[in-house]
Amino acid sequence: MLAILPQLLYTGVGIGAVYAIASLGFVLLIRAADVVNFAQGQFSMLGAYIMLVLLVGVGVPYWAAFLLAVVLMAGFGVLFAGAVYWPLRHRSQLTVIISTIGASILLPNAVLAIYGPSPATVPGLFASQGFRLGSVFVDSQYLSIIVIAILMVVLQYVVFEKTLLGKKLQATSQDKEMAAMLGISVAGMVLFTFAYSAALGALAGVLVAPVLFVSVGMGATLALKAFAANIIGGYGSIPGAILGGLIIGLAETLGAAYISTPYKDAFGFVILLIVLLARPRGLFGELIAEKA
Amino acid sequence: MDGATAPPAAMLAKLPAARWWRGMPGTVLGLIGACVIAALAPGQGYYLNIIMQAVTYAIGVAGLVVVLGYCGQISLTQAGFLGIGAYVLALLTTQLGVPFLAATLAAMLICGLFGLLLGFASLRLGGHYLAMVTISFQVILTLVLTNWVGLSGGPDGVSGIPRPAGFASAHAYLGLCLVLLVLVMFYAWRLKLSRLGRAMQAVRDNEIAAGTCGIHVFRTKVVAFGISAMLGGLGGALFAGAFSYVSPDQFTFDESVVMLTMALLGGVRSPFGALLGTFALVILPEWLRFLKQAYLAVYGGAVILIMIFVPEGVWGWAAQRFGRGARPIGEWPVPPLPLLSMRGENSGENALEVADLAMHFGGVKALDGVSFAVRRGSVHALIGPNGSGKTTFLNVISGLYRATSGTVRLGGTTLDRLPPHERTRRGMTRTYQNIRVFRGLSVLENVMIGAERPGNDVHKPADVMARALAALDFVGLRREASQPVGSLPYGHQRYVEIARALAGSPEVLLLDEPAAGLNSTEKQELGLLLRRLKGHGLTILVIEHDMKLIEAVADHITVLNFGKCIANSTPREVLRHPDVIAAYLGEPQPA
Repeated sequence: MLAILPQLLYTGVGIGAVYAIASLGFVLLIRAADVVNFAQGQFSMLGAYIMLVLLVGVGVPYWAAFLLAVVLMAGFGVLFAGAVYWPLRHRSQLTVIISTIGASILLPNAVLAIYGPSPATVPGLFASQGFRLGSVFVDSQYLSIIVIAILMVVLQYVVFEKTLLGKKLQATSQDKEMAAMLGISVAGMVLFTFAYSAALGALAGVLVAPVLFVSVGMGATLALKAFAANIIGGYGSIPGAILGGLIIGLAETLGAAYISTPYKDAFGFVILLIVLLARPRGLFGELIAEKA
Repeated sequence: MDGATAPPAAMLAKLPAARWWRGMPGTVLGLIGACVIAALAPGQGYYLNIIMQAVTYAIGVAGLVVVLGYCGQISLTQAGFLGIGAYVLALLTTQLGVPFLAATLAAMLICGLFGLLLGFASLRLGGHYLAMVTISFQVILTLVLTNWVGLSGGPDGVSGIPRPAGFASAHAYLGLCLVLLVLVMFYAWRLKLSRLGRAMQAVRDNEIAAGTCGIHVFRTKVVAFGISAMLGGLGGALFAGAFSYVSPDQFTFDESVVMLTMALLGGVRSPFGALLGTFALVILPEWLRFLKQAYLAVYGGAVILIMIFVPEGVWGWAAQRFGRGARPIGEWPVPPLPLLSMRGENSGENALEVADLAMHFGGVKALDGVSFAVRRGSVHALIGPNGSGKTTFLNVISGLYRATSGTVRLGGTTLDRLPPHERTRRGMTRTYQNIRVFRGLSVLENVMIGAERPGNDVHKPADVMARALAALDFVGLRREASQPVGSLPYGHQRYVEIARALAGSPEVLLLDEPAAGLNSTEKQELGLLLRRLKGHGLTILVIEHDMKLIEAVADHITVLNFGKCIANSTPREVLRHPDVIAAYLGEPQPA
């Protein structure tokens, strides 16, 4: 049993990296727009379907389909913001949350009505399946996922902490009124965040598509992992989201191998409950406290 | 005024809150209607199934009214609770031969326990935590019901579920379900008017203000979720008896979504709205059959459109459009506010003592060792330039922030480490600079929540209402009592907040910039109100920028600058203090 542990760790980190990317987009919306987006996972599902259609239906080359799916989803993020968030921006957070829940029901069922329930497969980024490194088979898709996840984290850190755009985004997230008075286009910042967040979601979707199947239900599954990653890592915390994603990826890979395969999706939830009961603010604490 | 001579009991008997039978005539009518419908319904077949499903679902959806409509917490596993209730009943009756009634109670109890567990884990924090945790729970539940074949029978489910003795026929069983539905409606409707229901709505509208009104926010949310889970369990148990068969696919996340849509469409803040929504969405799909797979997409789209265009749901919209509107509260005389007694005035005793209080946010010392005392019966003003730490100070002593170090004592009891509601229980009430009223409630209900402060001397509903009316009399808003608080102009909302704080008969009243945003006439009125309170001997700590107001009412002034006390004395001396002049006007020029 222990002999497969290194392999499981590799796979767990690989799938965890997908969850980390998905939850990164989720955290960004919380931080910049104060929106808890329950439809975040659907961005991944739509991204994967767009790639599938471009690849199989239109016959676009793989890399173009991959990038186009991400770019198109950024545009979709703006549409999404306009339909689901913008009309409700002055109402309570509860209203916006319910609206995004509505979207999380609408999107997969719309895709279901068009494509039907049968899952599809897409090939991986590289023709080679991977290579052997000692006892571990280094799957090329998981390796790409891990590398891209690291790049995205670095990019996000640089953008948020080192650029004027990042400063403006942070200012908007902390105090919209004050940001507007400083001449920051709040609407622009919020729309940008939706676009970026949808693109990140799509990226997670197209990366995971070759590993899992492209299916209508994949969005909900990814969303659940993203929520749990967020709460485990600490609500609204970027390092927390990444660490939380990795923890869930590892927990379910190890749990499925050593404990029970049918209950694979339950392990993350159990960790979630334990964290909530023992350390409700998560590993990195909640950054956003309501001002009295 | 002859009211002053009438005995209080007779005065109070006429108040709406004294009518213990409220809603009962309607309930009796509902019960008669239930029997008629049960007798007239078809005894078998498709339409009977539709009605059975609508009735049992409606009981579960009433649970959503409590948790989401009243308390503002999103539960996405109501079908999960129906499932637990249905399976508990199915397994207890078929495997262990437990009688139907006992099994139903067990179903409700077990659902309640699951509700407490999930609520306990997730409700300490914001509402979206419950939503996330309940989605996960829903998914896991379906996994367990499908895979734990030894317990649940797996995908095949459980069949042969009996009905209670004497209710085996469709008419009798439907009658039983309908009667229970009417009772659940009555319960949910009365809950809204009760102290617990008001607390839930206060938590929904403003958690921070609810806490400083003395409401145990976390417990209130857990109780609301527990009630909703139990109603789900009841609906599920009746569902199992109705169809004598349960399987995992009847209680999936999709069904939870359908139930959420039912509640939102009809109007989640009213049990009748939720009932309407449930019946509409059980019957409607029969006409929407052509949608086939896409019906959930339509539901999802409908949720977004409802949130944008009719967030109050069909029932709420109709009530606003065609309702009689708020009926004015009558001119009943009520006993005056007792907080204005002269107890302890000029005793020289300290009502509130603050010693060495510090509050650091990272490296920023918002409060840096503040010490002073507020004498009983005095009006104590806390002033200082912007950013000097005044509001932080108020938030620390009311328990919203936890002090880095230092001590706060109220009438000799130490408050350190107590949460806001415990501090309020010990006699501290407050208002906010950026008004925090409960927007979904009427003016009177807002003030009643203040009167329901734990530790206050009124308990019976009629007494609470009388006290609230007295507080409204005091601030001159009696005529607006039954209006929604959001319809009042800004200045009046501020008075509602003050009335809410007064109705709790506090030992110490904390006012956070009461004059902010008021025009000059309103400021003058406020000055008069504060003088009246002062004249009645109430202990007040007020933060204010308006020096005219301060000079008119304050006995004592403490000046904060950069988190430190720079002066602490009578108004006359403080306003001549060179440090104070320097803090407000910059460094004095050398002569």
